[in-house]
Amino acid sequence: MIMSSIQEIQQEIVEEFEMFDDWMQRYEYMIELGKSLPLIDEKYKTDEYIIKGCQSKVWVHADLKDDKIEFTADSDAIITKGIIAILIRSFSGQPPQEILDADTSFIDEIGLKEHLSPTRANGLVSMIKQIKLYAIAYQAKAGN
Amino acid sequence: MASVSTPLTFDVKSIRKDFPILNRKVNEKPLVYFDNAATSQTPQQVIDVIVEYYSNYNANIHRGVHALSQEATDAYEQARIKLQKHFNIPNAYQTLFTSGTTHGINIVASGYAEILKEGDEVVVSALEHHSNIVPWQMLCEKTGAVLKVIPMTDNGTLDMDAFEQLLSDKTKLVFVNHVSNALGTVNPIEFIIEKTHAVGGAVLVDGAQAAPHINADVQALDVDFYVVSAHKMCGPTGVGMLYGKEKWLEQLPPYQGGGEMIDQVTFEKTTYAGLPHKFEAGTPNICGGIAFGAALDYMNAIGFENIAAYEHELLEYATEKLKAIDGLRIYGESKEKTAVISFNIEGIHPYDIGTILDKLGVAVRTGHHCAQPIMDFYKIPGTVRASFAFYNTKEEIDVLVAGVERAKNMLS
Repeated sequence: MIMSSIQEIQQEIVEEFEMFDDWMQRYEYMIELGKSLPLIDEKYKTDEYIIKGCQSKVWVHADLKDDKIEFTADSDAIITKGIIAILIRSFSGQPPQEILDADTSFIDEIGLKEHLSPTRANGLVSMIKQIKLYAIAYQAKAGN
Repeated sequence: MASVSTPLTFDVKSIRKDFPILNRKVNEKPLVYFDNAATSQTPQQVIDVIVEYYSNYNANIHRGVHALSQEATDAYEQARIKLQKHFNIPNAYQTLFTSGTTHGINIVASGYAEILKEGDEVVVSALEHHSNIVPWQMLCEKTGAVLKVIPMTDNGTLDMDAFEQLLSDKTKLVFVNHVSNALGTVNPIEFIIEKTHAVGGAVLVDGAQAAPHINADVQALDVDFYVVSAHKMCGPTGVGMLYGKEKWLEQLPPYQGGGEMIDQVTFEKTTYAGLPHKFEAGTPNICGGIAFGAALDYMNAIGFENIAAYEHELLEYATEKLKAIDGLRIYGESKEKTAVISFNIEGIHPYDIGTILDKLGVAVRTGHHCAQPIMDFYKIPGTVRASFAFYNTKEEIDVLVAGVERAKNMLS
């Protein structure tokens, strides 16, 4: 199977969310996505892997496999889990450089940033930042 | 200046007309504002005072000889007298304007840094807001004083037996909130003040959450310091009040250096101004102070007894309705509490519930409410907190309850 590019995956997500008429269906879908999240290994659910800026707890871990980063994550809040699931679907299995170059405006397109409260939005920004930080770290490692 | 109408009876429909913000929609739904413990909404009468200040007599106070400065000074000092009367403070000069409760606490804490000695003890309650914990921790680190904590019990009240055990002749200060922001518990401050005075200590009461519901009389309470914020009681943000007994205010050193707080300045020595200016360095929030006075006028015209009675009705109604939801637990069930309900639903994160409620136009607070020790006590990440004001209605509570049920169905 040929891996889709980040842009293709994001377009796919946008199209999926367009199928829903109202916010409630979108949230219900997001909750479903949350349940399908590739869960983080319990040993990484420590303060070292926690993301600041979220009212709910979020843990993200990354591994480099075949020059691609695989993300796993978890949260104690289910809507947050849905958001992470969307991000991980978009970025997991991609090369560091692709992740660094990726645009995240699809978050706006599916109405998440607009519809989530400011503190939550900050959490979302922190999550994206953390994913990009992992990409920088692995790219630096690969360069050495 | 805007006049304040006096309603003959408590008529929530007519009161709601005073609050323009209550007409707005959020996420295409009528706003249901239940985050009053974070900040209250502002009536048109107070908004008018703010507009009038900037449209008509904005000027710096206390030093100008011109007309605008005189008018602004008069209005600001009249507002101080309104605060003085409202809290039954002996003198206007003991009624200090601050930027808010946190500022008031810090004035006292930093002053005590000069007074406390190593081995002295300060007592704080387990029900405090972070703003009433952190300054005292900093104070203890600086002075070598020891911080002791009054423990809480499962129903969200303070353990008064344990409190009495903590007191000794080493106790110099006790800090407690009048009402807990996270749970709404009304603390037995009369008892705390009496017992602390018996061992020679002083008491600072954080009245931020009490002032919108309870008209505190600082002389009847015999409290040493009382602090409040205007924005919890229909006034603007960025202004508050610190009351202090005269003997303490004379003893405490100034908090900040600058204009207003000086008497004579030479490069050899500066002598400080008397009260209240010693603690009011720099240009104050003049408009805010004046608007704070107008907010008190507004609330007093409705009447604090009327407000408390109506809010209690809302509290009982909401408690009964919410408790009927399967799996819902209310935190803080003191007999004496203000119109605050902190709750969780088993197995659901409070943040998820808050997010769904927001989509339904209902504003609640979620999280630890700046009171992490309370959350640690219950071993929870936070709660959903609905806090009611006198302009809320039972119909709005019905919207909340339906929203919580909807959230529960979506999230479980």
